[in-house]
Amino acid sequence: MTLAAAHPGFLSPTGVEIVFVLVGIATLAAAVVTVTTSKLVHAALWLVAALGGIAVEYLLLTAEFIAWVQVLIYVGSVVVLLLFGLMLTKAPIVPTVPRGHPSYGALRAEAREAADSGNRWPALAVALAAAATLVTVVVDAFRSSWIDVDRSVQGSAGVTGEVLFQHWVLPFEALSVLLLAALVGAIILSRKGGADAGEPAQGTEPGQGAGQGEQPGPTAGREEQG
Amino acid sequence: MDVLDVALRLVAVLVVFLTFPLLVGQTEHKVMAHMQGRVGPMYAGGFHGWAQLVADGVKFAQKEDVVPDGADRRIFQLAPAVALLPYLLVLIVIPFGPDGGVGQEIDAGIFFVLAVMGAGVLGSLMGGWASANKFSLLGGLRTTAQLIAYELPMLLAAASVAMAAGTLSLPGIVESFEWWWVPWQIIGALVFFIAGLAELQRPPFDAPVADSEIIFGAYTEYTGLRFALFLLAEYAGIVVLCGLTTVLFLGGWHGPFAEDGMGWVWTLLKAAILAFVVIWLRVSYPRLREDQIMRFAWTTLVPLALFQIALTGVVKVVIQ
Repeated sequence: MTLAAAHPGFLSPTGVEIVFVLVGIATLAAAVVTVTTSKLVHAALWLVAALGGIAVEYLLLTAEFIAWVQVLIYVGSVVVLLLFGLMLTKAPIVPTVPRGHPSYGALRAEAREAADSGNRWPALAVALAAAATLVTVVVDAFRSSWIDVDRSVQGSAGVTGEVLFQHWVLPFEALSVLLLAALVGAIILSRKGGADAGEPAQGTEPGQGAGQGEQPGPTAGREEQG
Repeated sequence: MDVLDVALRLVAVLVVFLTFPLLVGQTEHKVMAHMQGRVGPMYAGGFHGWAQLVADGVKFAQKEDVVPDGADRRIFQLAPAVALLPYLLVLIVIPFGPDGGVGQEIDAGIFFVLAVMGAGVLGSLMGGWASANKFSLLGGLRTTAQLIAYELPMLLAAASVAMAAGTLSLPGIVESFEWWWVPWQIIGALVFFIAGLAELQRPPFDAPVADSEIIFGAYTEYTGLRFALFLLAEYAGIVVLCGLTTVLFLGGWHGPFAEDGMGWVWTLLKAAILAFVVIWLRVSYPRLREDQIMRFAWTTLVPLALFQIALTGVVKVVIQ
């Protein structure tokens, strides 16, 4: 990121900027659908769209390496893991009777009811507060920096590696220790769940802990590897 | 790079994408048949049944495209495209010859390839869930578990060769290849190839589509063209996996007479031999059980890949 002498301003946007805003709007829409849809698996798939949109934004900002890592870790691993978990739960999915059936509407409404949470409004408040904090901090931190997307690639693998391992090596190592702790913690939690045979150690999916508790060591560990 | 050049490259990649999987499929028909003491398809097209897959394609196109009543329609219909498209994207960046013999060079090509290939499994997952069929769901679950287990060793093996070459660019890796990399990276190569087979759900790792247990896994409810697209994705996956293994571990276009513009022949030859091995494994190995597949990944491939990375690091430091 370079500090340009003169701020180019926001009037007369370039093509890249227009595309950036459009992709941003699409990403935001996908993210909103992710948290509002009543079908859990749909939510996970919309999350793929949102994360993919963010990857495109990285690409537009010439951060190629980060974009591919985003796809590899989030779309390829985290969402796949999430889907795996969702498929193991008895999620309120489509009604089991065909569309024309008399009780179809009632079952569908019931499924929607089951997907709803009483924490909807607190969740919205927390989400808005978090978004406001992040937007304020990020805008404040990068208000004066400007990326010249036409001139040079500033997010290539080489540049990213140099920055990461020369200037930010200590935070990087601290993060890897944190992830290692999370990995060990996940293994311990899953071990406990397996020994109690049916006592869900996770506590988040009542009645489904047994299914997930049998062999989650590898799967739980995979997420932390990312 | 002008527009015409880009268009030509993309058309070339598309042609490869549409023909090579069929070539692999036909080779599989014939090779399997001969290994099993049969002759395989002999009639379609006249000469040794060369047009059998074309005939199969016509047959698939004629079949009714059925969507089950309880299925999640849009996701069900979208799934085959999600399964197939990533392999097309990956083919664009696989180099087959020196000096720009690649659809589009990408700075972090190895990451792009692995990322996009990982996303392709979402297709099987979507199909497995949206079919509203218990066998499909089981197949989808097995697919996911397999992907999660085998992506790690695959990534580690690829990371090892990237360390050896000192670059993430696929053409860059082939350019810095030396013949002694083959023995040096042989463990990584085997891990990468085996993990790739598992990601493609090829025998002996085909428990997600085990016909004797769960019919055809995530693809049970598919018919007609959508089913054909899933099959095409499998064979396109074989082409991509063999091409990638060639590029990363077998030196791509390096070989005798490679300087005389014959480099691409070497790439194709090496990839073809690997594709033959893929078919050979299908004929000669029984299907692994699901728990065996998981144990193999976590207790054999991951430690081997980590050992390869350590070996690569040590040798790299010593020779510098």
